[in-house]
Amino acid sequence: MIRKLAMTAATGLALTATGAFADVVIADVAELSGAGAAAGAVWHDGVKMAVEEINAAGGILGEQIDLREYDSQTDPQNSRAMVQKAIDDDAYVLLGTVYSSSTVVNMLVAQQNGVPQLTGSESPTITAKGNPYIFRTAFGAQKGLPKLGTYLKDDLGAQKIAVIWANTEFGKGGHDAFMAVAEDLGLEIVADVPTEQAQVDFAADVAKLASAGADAVFSYMTEEESARFLIEAEKQGLGLPIVGDTVIASQKVIDLAGEAANGVASHVGLTAEAPVPAIQEMAAKFQEKFGYGADHNAIKGYIGAYTVKYVTEQIGEFDREKFAETMHGLCLDAASHPGVLMDVCWDETGEMSRASFLVEVVDGAQTITKTLPAN
Amino acid sequence: MSEFIQLLLSGLSSGSIYALAAVGFTLLWQASQTINFAQGEFVMIPAFFVLALSVKLGFPVWLAMPLAIILSVLILGALFKRLIVEPMHKHGTIPLVIATIALGILLKEMVKEFYSPLGQPFPSLFPQDVFSIGGAAISIPDIANFTIAMGTIVALQLFLSRTRTGRSMQATAQNPDVAEILGVDIKRMVMYTFLINGALAAIASILITPVYLAKFSNGEVLGLVAFIAAIVGGFNQIRGALVGGLLLGVVDNFSAAYFSSEYRQALPMILLIVIILVRPQGLLGTSEGRTV
Amino acid sequence: MTRKHVHIAFAVIALALLIFVPLGQKNYILYVLTSWLMFSIAAMGLNLTLGYAGQISLAQASFMGIGAYVTALITLAGYHWVFGWLAAMGLTFVIGLLLGYPALRVQHHFLAFVTLAFNTIVFLVLRNEDWLTGGNHGLVGMPRPDFFGISTGRNLQFYYFVLVLFVISAGVFFWIVNSPWGRAFKALRENPVRAESLGVDTRRITLLAFAIGSAFGGGAGAIMSPLVQFIEPGSFALIHSLKILLMVVVGGAGFFYGPMLGAAVVILLPEVLRFTDGYYLMIYAALVIVLMVYSPSGLIGIGQKLMQQIRPRQEVRKDMAKGAQL
Repeated sequence: MIRKLAMTAATGLALTATGAFADVVIADVAELSGAGAAAGAVWHDGVKMAVEEINAAGGILGEQIDLREYDSQTDPQNSRAMVQKAIDDDAYVLLGTVYSSSTVVNMLVAQQNGVPQLTGSESPTITAKGNPYIFRTAFGAQKGLPKLGTYLKDDLGAQKIAVIWANTEFGKGGHDAFMAVAEDLGLEIVADVPTEQAQVDFAADVAKLASAGADAVFSYMTEEESARFLIEAEKQGLGLPIVGDTVIASQKVIDLAGEAANGVASHVGLTAEAPVPAIQEMAAKFQEKFGYGADHNAIKGYIGAYTVKYVTEQIGEFDREKFAETMHGLCLDAASHPGVLMDVCWDETGEMSRASFLVEVVDGAQTITKTLPAN
Repeated sequence: MSEFIQLLLSGLSSGSIYALAAVGFTLLWQASQTINFAQGEFVMIPAFFVLALSVKLGFPVWLAMPLAIILSVLILGALFKRLIVEPMHKHGTIPLVIATIALGILLKEMVKEFYSPLGQPFPSLFPQDVFSIGGAAISIPDIANFTIAMGTIVALQLFLSRTRTGRSMQATAQNPDVAEILGVDIKRMVMYTFLINGALAAIASILITPVYLAKFSNGEVLGLVAFIAAIVGGFNQIRGALVGGLLLGVVDNFSAAYFSSEYRQALPMILLIVIILVRPQGLLGTSEGRTV
Repeated sequence: MTRKHVHIAFAVIALALLIFVPLGQKNYILYVLTSWLMFSIAAMGLNLTLGYAGQISLAQASFMGIGAYVTALITLAGYHWVFGWLAAMGLTFVIGLLLGYPALRVQHHFLAFVTLAFNTIVFLVLRNEDWLTGGNHGLVGMPRPDFFGISTGRNLQFYYFVLVLFVISAGVFFWIVNSPWGRAFKALRENPVRAESLGVDTRRITLLAFAIGSAFGGGAGAIMSPLVQFIEPGSFALIHSLKILLMVVVGGAGFFYGPMLGAAVVILLPEVLRFTDGYYLMIYAALVIVLMVYSPSGLIGIGQKLMQQIRPRQEVRKDMAKGAQL
C-alpha cells in the first residue's frame, strides 16, 4: 500500500518534471444527475467552456488540461466516493461540488489527500472548518448577508423582520448567518418559519408571516420553493417588501413566479446581468455555445477553472501544496487575469471576497440597483 | 380568526386534490389489489403531457389539456395495466409493489432527462382574481379546484352506484368470483378502473400544477399524501379517501401553523400510525370489505 | 459431490476472492467495496424480513440512520466503536419489536405503512434535534476504531474490518435461516395456514424476524459512521429505504446470496452504465420492472431457471419458484 502510494507520488513527480507529453488532470466533481442536476450541470458547462479556452490558448504552463468529469448524483456519500476516485486518477486540483451538503463530506477526503479543491458551495460552514485545501468560487452567505442586512435597515427602514427559509443544509446556513447579522444590526425577528425541501403548499407559511406584524420578509429557499412562496404571498396579499440572497431574484424564479416576483429585492454575488463587460461577454459566449443562459453557477465554474490556471502560473509548477499555500491571501485582479471576470481575493480560510450587487425585479427582469464593494 | 379561516380554506382546496389522487389509489386497490407506489408520479406526469403538447408541439392550451387527459387514460391507465399490472398479477402483491416503486423512479427520471430538471410555469385555467372571506384570501382557482375535484368524485360515486357498469365494477371489486358467476366481464371492469384512475390523476394534475409548478419531483410529496389519505379515510371506501384527502389538507396547514413547522410532516404520519392501531379499517372504512 | 459440498466450496471461493481482490486496489475501489459490504448487511436484514417472513419494511434506511447516529455519538464521546455497534444493534432491535408488535397485531400487512411513516419521522427527528444530532449539518469526524493496537484508519484495513463484520453477519444470518426457527419461516412462506396448524406461532416469529432484520440495519449503520466519517439526515430518507428494498428484490428475496448480489448491482451499476450519462437510473428502473414481470424471485431466480434447463432433473422448490409473496 505504502509502496504503491510512493510509486504514484513518484509518477506524479515525474510527470511534472518532464511534463512534455503528459496532460494535467483537473477533476470536476459535480451534480450531473439527481436533484441537483440543474445547478451542477450548469456549473460543469462553465468549467468546460473555461477549460476549452485555456487549452486553445496553450494550456497551463504549456500543458493541456485533461478535464475529467465525475457525477456525484447529488448524493453526499457518492460525492465522497467520486472525490476519492478523482484523487486516485491523480487529479491536480478538484473543482466542485456545488451542493453544500455534498461539499462538507467530500472536502474531508480532499483534505486528507492534500488536494486543493475549488467549490461552488456558498454555505458558511464550508470555510469554517479549518480545512486548508478548500477554496470558494463565490463567497459564503455570511459575507453577503451583512450587505443585505444593511439594506434592510438603512434603505428600507425595516425594524421587524420575518424570516422564511428552507430547512436544509443550504437554508440552515443562510438562516443562521442572517440571524447573526440581524443581531449585530439590532433587527428584531418577529417570525421564523422553516419550510421543507420540495414543499409545494405555502399557504400556512404565508399566513404565519402575515400575522407576525413584520416590516419586511427575508426569504432563503431554492428556486421552485421561492417561486411558490412568492405566488402564495401575492395571493394572500402579504404586501411586505421581500428580500433574499441570489436565488430569489434569479431568472428561474422570475420565470416561474411571473408577476408575483415583481418588487423582490435581492443581494446577488454573481449574475450574468452584472454591469461588468467581462461577465456579459462570457455570458454571451456561453449562450451561443450551450444554447441557454449562464447563471451564477456557470460563472462560478468558469472562474474556478481560470483560477487554477492563474494560481499555477504564479507558482510556476504543478505543486498541490504550494497551490494551497499561494491561494491563501491571494488577490487576482481582473485586468491582468481576465478569466476571473471581477477582482477577487481569498483569505486564510479559503473564503473569498468580491464586489457584489443589489438587484430588484422590475417588470419581470432583474435590474441592478447598486454595486456593493467587497468586504 | 382570519388566519384560522385562511388555513382551513387553503387546506380544503389542497385537500380536494389529495382526495382525487387518493380515490384513484383506492379504486386500484379495490379492483386489483394494486398498491400503486407511483401514484404521485401519475399526478406529476399529465402536467408534462400538457407542456409537451403546448410548449413543444405548439398546440393551444385548450386543446392540449383534453389531449393530455386522453393520453393519461391511455398510458397511465391502459398501458400501465397491460404492461405492468397484468403480467405481474399472478406473482402476488410484493413484486407489483416493487414494480410500481421502480415505475415511479422511471417516470421521474424520464421527465428530468427528456423534459427538464427545472420547475416549469404552468398555465391556469382560471383567472387569478382573489377575494376576501372573513379576512382570508381565496382565489378563483382555489374555489374552482375544490368544486371540480368534489364534482368529479361525486360524479364517480354516482356512476358506481347508479349505472349498470358502475355496479358491475363494484361487484367485481367486492367479490370477483361471485361477480364472474353473475356474468360480469371482470377483466373489462378492472380495466375501466385503471382508465378512471388515469383520468383522475390527469384532472388532479391540471388543477394543482399552476400552484405547484411542473417539476419532476412533485410526485414524491403527492404520492405519500394520497397514500396516507387513502389509509386514514378507509382503504375500501371512496368517501373514505375523500374525507382522508380533505382532512390531510387541513391537518397539514394547521400543524404547520399551530404545532410546529419543523415537524409538520410528522403529524400526518402520526395520524397514520394512530389510525392503523386504533381503527385499521380507516375512519369510514368497513372491516367486512376486502382488507389490505 | 453433494449439494452441501458445492455450497461450501462456493462460500470458500467467494471468501477467498473477498480477501484477495482488494489487495493493491486504489482507494476508490476499496471505498466502493466497503460500502457494498455495508449495504449487503443492511439488505441481508431486510431479506430476513421480506424474503423469509414475507413482510415489507420501508424503514431499513432509518434503522441504518439510528445505528449510524448512535455509533457516532458514542464514538465521538470517546468510547470504543464496539460499544456503539452493540448499542446500535440493541436499540434497533428493541425499536423493531416496539414498532412491529402493534403493526403485526392488527393486520400483518400494515407493517409496510407503519414503517413508511416511521422512516419519515426518524428523518425529521434527526434533522430537527440539532442539540443531539447536529441537525442539517450532521455529525462529522467519527474516528475509525483500533483493535488490539491495529488501526483501521487506512482504507484497506478498514475494508478488512468491515469484511469481518460482514462474515459474522452472514454467519448469523445463515444460522438463523437454518435453525429450527428459520425452518419455521420456510414453512410459513410455503403455506401459512398449514404452518399455523402445525403449531408455528406465525406472529411471534414474524415479529422477531422484523426486529432482527432491523438490528442488521442498525449494525450496517454502525459501519457507516466510521466509513464515511460524516452523517447527515438526508442519507437516511425514505428513498434510501426503497433503494435497499430494491437491492433485496433485484438480487432475489429469500435467497442467501440475493441481497449481496442486489447490493452489488445497485452500487456498481452507475459505474457500469457510466457511458449512458444520466440515464442509468432510468435503465435500472426499467430493468427492475422487467425483472418483476419475468422473474419476481430476482436475478438468482433467473440463475436457477437457467440451471434447471441445464439440469432438468432437479425438482423446483415451490417456495422459490413463487418468490416472495404477501
